[in-house]
Amino acid sequence: MIIPHPLLGPRDAQEFTYLGDASLINRPDWQSENAMQEFHDYLYLRDNPAGLHRELWFHEQGDRSWLVVTRNTMTHEITQVELASDVARSHGRSR
Amino acid sequence: MTYSGFRVIREALTGHKGWRPVWRDSKPKPSYDFVIIGGGGHGLATAYYLAREFGEANIAVVEKGWIGGGNVGRNTTIIRSNYLLDGNEPFYEFSLKLWESLEQELNYNAMVSQRGILNLVHSDAQRDAARRRGNAMILNGSDAELLDVDGVRKLYPFLNFDNARFPIKGGLLHRRGGTVRHDAVAWGYARGADRRGVDIIQNCEVTGFRIENGRCLGVETTKGFIGATKLGVSVAGSSSRVMAMAGMRLPIESHVLQAFASEGLKPTLPGVITYGAGHFYCSQSNKGGLVFGGDIDGYNSYAQRGNLPAVEDVAESGISLIPALGRVRLLRSWGGIMDMSMDGSPFIDKTPIDGLYFNGGWCYGGFKATPAAGFAFAHLMSTDRPHKTATAYRLDRFRTGQIIDEKGQGAQPNLH
Repeated sequence: MIIPHPLLGPRDAQEFTYLGDASLINRPDWQSENAMQEFHDYLYLRDNPAGLHRELWFHEQGDRSWLVVTRNTMTHEITQVELASDVARSHGRSR
Repeated sequence: MTYSGFRVIREALTGHKGWRPVWRDSKPKPSYDFVIIGGGGHGLATAYYLAREFGEANIAVVEKGWIGGGNVGRNTTIIRSNYLLDGNEPFYEFSLKLWESLEQELNYNAMVSQRGILNLVHSDAQRDAARRRGNAMILNGSDAELLDVDGVRKLYPFLNFDNARFPIKGGLLHRRGGTVRHDAVAWGYARGADRRGVDIIQNCEVTGFRIENGRCLGVETTKGFIGATKLGVSVAGSSSRVMAMAGMRLPIESHVLQAFASEGLKPTLPGVITYGAGHFYCSQSNKGGLVFGGDIDGYNSYAQRGNLPAVEDVAESGISLIPALGRVRLLRSWGGIMDMSMDGSPFIDKTPIDGLYFNGGWCYGGFKATPAAGFAFAHLMSTDRPHKTATAYRLDRFRTGQIIDEKGQGAQPNLH
């Protein structure tokens, strides 16, 4: 697979390590009343669709940026790549 | 129709005209007491043991494709009972004992071959870990033998013993481990179940569940609604997709694992060997091809095919362990979809929905578990209590902290 890095252009997927479901960006609030439940769901119940999947890849052998890649799990086709920091900011986070 | 040597000779002399299909191609009835979704090894074994062991009747197996067309026909056929943890090892030992009597039980030649599995070690630390694992296996009634380097050399003189980075220092030999003809397991269980009246419904895809007031009433399929008093889902690889139709999220990711077969060779590898340095394992099929594999590709996939880096990695590991492999041509490679669970261990459990039971999360170890998983799932569905060897395989274990993490990797499915 080739991942089109938003800053570096097309890069071989071998340069990356894979973490999984991009919702791992949204860490729950540890002070929330349902924190136990929320952390359980956050850590263990991830999206696992057959089709478009938003997922975190880490450019370990490159610029060490985290990317949110939208990839079709039926065909391995990559349709969108964003910097994870941009995605986090778009959710209203400071970083 | 019972198989025997006499029967083979009689058929040979009469032009093989007496063989008949060994299971009926059933049409679905409006409802059953037990419906199993998934006609793979586990689903067929579940139906078989429900009828054979627990005396249940009115059972159906619903399969999207055809019998033997899923992961039961795509794996690398290894059976073993060499786990470390108490939640796992009694279950896999139970499974291996069932394998040992499977062919007599089913009257079907599944080519169960206990040729021994050797896990190589390459350092003192690895030898200590192997000794600990071997002791855990023996405590649970399995067998294990720690070999020194001469012991390994006697069995496999052609290995690369003096690799500068990963020299072979010995190995843990599990003599009762081995291989089985995988398709024959599916066919044998299908025939056994059919003979006990189980309806096997092929080319019948599940499209939804009918759930009312927290109770599962049956399943919607491409061949219409099938009512079920108890419904079991046994569709490893597609567990998340199927259970999503019942509104459930599972602690499972689907990943692709590739496997490989070489051209046919004369008898080369007497048993199964695994490399302790990378992830590589290899055996020789009865047809002569070397069957081998390694790590999963490492990203979510339902594509049933992988990418070249994993192929390269497996080939490199193989050649660094067995240099002679460099002259062997790779004949085929293929991919299968694995339920990778969050701790690397499976689930055989009830769900929060009444009458709906789940068996899945087998990572890439489901084949060896086939008889015990079928037995334990049948036990659960028939008695509503878990089988004594499968009490740890609960869906809520991440909530309670009772995880079974054989490799100690944490909640990272692509590392298990």
